[in-house]
Amino acid sequence: MSTPLADPLQGAPAPARRAQRGRKPRSRFTPARLGVYGFLFTAALFFLLPLYVMLVTSVKPMDEIRLGHLLALPMHFTLAPWRDAWSSACTGLACDGIRVDFWNSVRIVVPSTFLSIAVGAVNGYALSFWRPRGAGVLFGILLAGAFIPVQVMVYPLVRVLAFVHLFSSLAGIVVIHTIFGMPIMTLLFRNYYASLPQELFKAARIDGGGFWRIFVQLMLPMSVPIIVVAIIMQVTGIWNDYILGLVFAGTKNLPMTVQLNNIINTTTGERIYNVNMAATILTSAVPLAIYFISGRWFVRGIASGAVKG
Amino acid sequence: MGNLTNVSVRNLRIDLGANTVIDELDLDVRAGEFVVLLGPSGCGKSTLLHSIAGLVDVTDGSIEIGGEDMTWADPKDRGVALVFQSYALYPTMNVERNLSFALRINGTPKAEIDRRVKRAAEMLQLGPLLLRKPAQLSGGQRQRVAIGRALVREADVFLFDEPLSNLDAKLRTELRRELKQLHQQLGATMIYVTHDQVEAMTLATRMAVMKGGAIQQFGTPAEVYARPENLFVATFLGAPPMNLLRGRLEADEGRLRFRGQGLDVDVSAYAFKGTPDPTRACVLGVRPEDVHAGRAVRPHEAAWEGRLTLVEPMGNHRVVWIEYQGAQIASIDQDKTPLSSGAAVPFSIDGAHVSLFDEETGARI
Repeated sequence: MSTPLADPLQGAPAPARRAQRGRKPRSRFTPARLGVYGFLFTAALFFLLPLYVMLVTSVKPMDEIRLGHLLALPMHFTLAPWRDAWSSACTGLACDGIRVDFWNSVRIVVPSTFLSIAVGAVNGYALSFWRPRGAGVLFGILLAGAFIPVQVMVYPLVRVLAFVHLFSSLAGIVVIHTIFGMPIMTLLFRNYYASLPQELFKAARIDGGGFWRIFVQLMLPMSVPIIVVAIIMQVTGIWNDYILGLVFAGTKNLPMTVQLNNIINTTTGERIYNVNMAATILTSAVPLAIYFISGRWFVRGIASGAVKG
Repeated sequence: MGNLTNVSVRNLRIDLGANTVIDELDLDVRAGEFVVLLGPSGCGKSTLLHSIAGLVDVTDGSIEIGGEDMTWADPKDRGVALVFQSYALYPTMNVERNLSFALRINGTPKAEIDRRVKRAAEMLQLGPLLLRKPAQLSGGQRQRVAIGRALVREADVFLFDEPLSNLDAKLRTELRRELKQLHQQLGATMIYVTHDQVEAMTLATRMAVMKGGAIQQFGTPAEVYARPENLFVATFLGAPPMNLLRGRLEADEGRLRFRGQGLDVDVSAYAFKGTPDPTRACVLGVRPEDVHAGRAVRPHEAAWEGRLTLVEPMGNHRVVWIEYQGAQIASIDQDKTPLSSGAAVPFSIDGAHVSLFDEETGARI
């Protein structure tokens, strides 16, 4: 496009009449858009404020906290509370910090996540492709299980686990998490597999595949997106669990959440807010990291599971 | 390769949920035959095919493959290969692994797998694509892989479930020809499901026209086309379909004539299945190519004069639509002379190539 020549009669160049081509013009800033951004900004602020307070408090010395300026930035920056929280905070008599319990949590989360996903995937696969007799009823019962409050089942489960000598053990808590994860994991995988074309399964059947062969060689490689979703759900769910860990894990295997509560709810002496804040952030770091790293995958997995494989 | 495998279906009944899809169906496919099951959607042709493959449970009846009862055999034990309309390629495996999947499962030696995969890839021109994933292939290539997957198994019976329906017209014609050549090369028994009559006519050694879960007619394409067993087959095959005219049979001076809708056709030469009953109303069916219009009318033929309503040029032929006493009659010719619609046009009917049906039952008489 050539720029139009200045019109000598008018003195100024004629306004350029642009042809309708090229990139789509940028939409202008309208009041409606202002409202949207305003709302989003406020909402973000609302949700981030507690995290801000926690972060700021965790790097202040206690003297500064006693001043009561909740939102103020630290005047004397210190990482000592973090060190204390990790390695020397007291839970009752022991003063080992929460690092012991961090590893407890890891020991619980890894096998529980793996097992519950494995069981859910096999269940979902069997329900949506092999359709055994009574599959619908079975699935209904499984789903109903998901809606019964955990508290109702605690006592019976304590008795059952005690009977099979798994109560108060790592194996016991892993079994419990696997059982409680089963309904939602089964539902997740069943719906994912139901969205895959049935012909794939039929083709594999004709090619001679059996139950496990088709599952391992065909279905599992296609399940990566939904497995990522399941991992995110199970890791955060099991990491954040409190009541099951408290009841079933036994004193040697208490997860981080239980110990965090023990640190914060000590009834003697001064409340060490900065250490408490640091311990809390440390405890929630794992789920937080998972969401930051894999949030994109999470959304993608949910969407692909809902629409098509 | 399995040259001696026949498929025989006896008294087959299939219920899907509360619906009876197929009832009392018999089908005999001879060894080495290419049988096409043709019918409109929902006629049970795919269900029949899947029951032969063992993917649908039968309610009653039996299925024999190669003389052995396979009614309740596992799909993998039937010696069949099935090609799906949706290709059903394993998306996480490359072409080579898709082809070899079945062989790897049944523990075929590595060298033998390589030999068969190579052979199938050669036959189907898949050589350069062996390392690609299905998502990186075009529709035609995917369908070739699907056919190749059936080939490497060296199955005794090949089953095709509308394999060309998802392809564009040009590719469909190409692959159709390849399939026919493949059948001639392999000599294996093939059963092919389609709703496309051109595929049925070109591929089949024998074809079964199905409707409502029952086989309406089973015969060679030429037979089915020329001598349809009932009104459904008559109108389902052919484009445009057979012209149907209502009337009665009358004997006149020793000759049997069809009279109705203002027409009078000599049908003395017609091969009746039994003694015709002149009291019953009947339908005369005549293929468009047996209706001669305009200059195609032969001098010895009795001609009527209709009004030309439409001409559809098809390149190598054209369809001329003639209105005569309220009936629309199609005629096909290769004439190139222009015709103007609305004009009066003479036409005649070749009495030697007509079909007669009972109006009430629709069956051929």
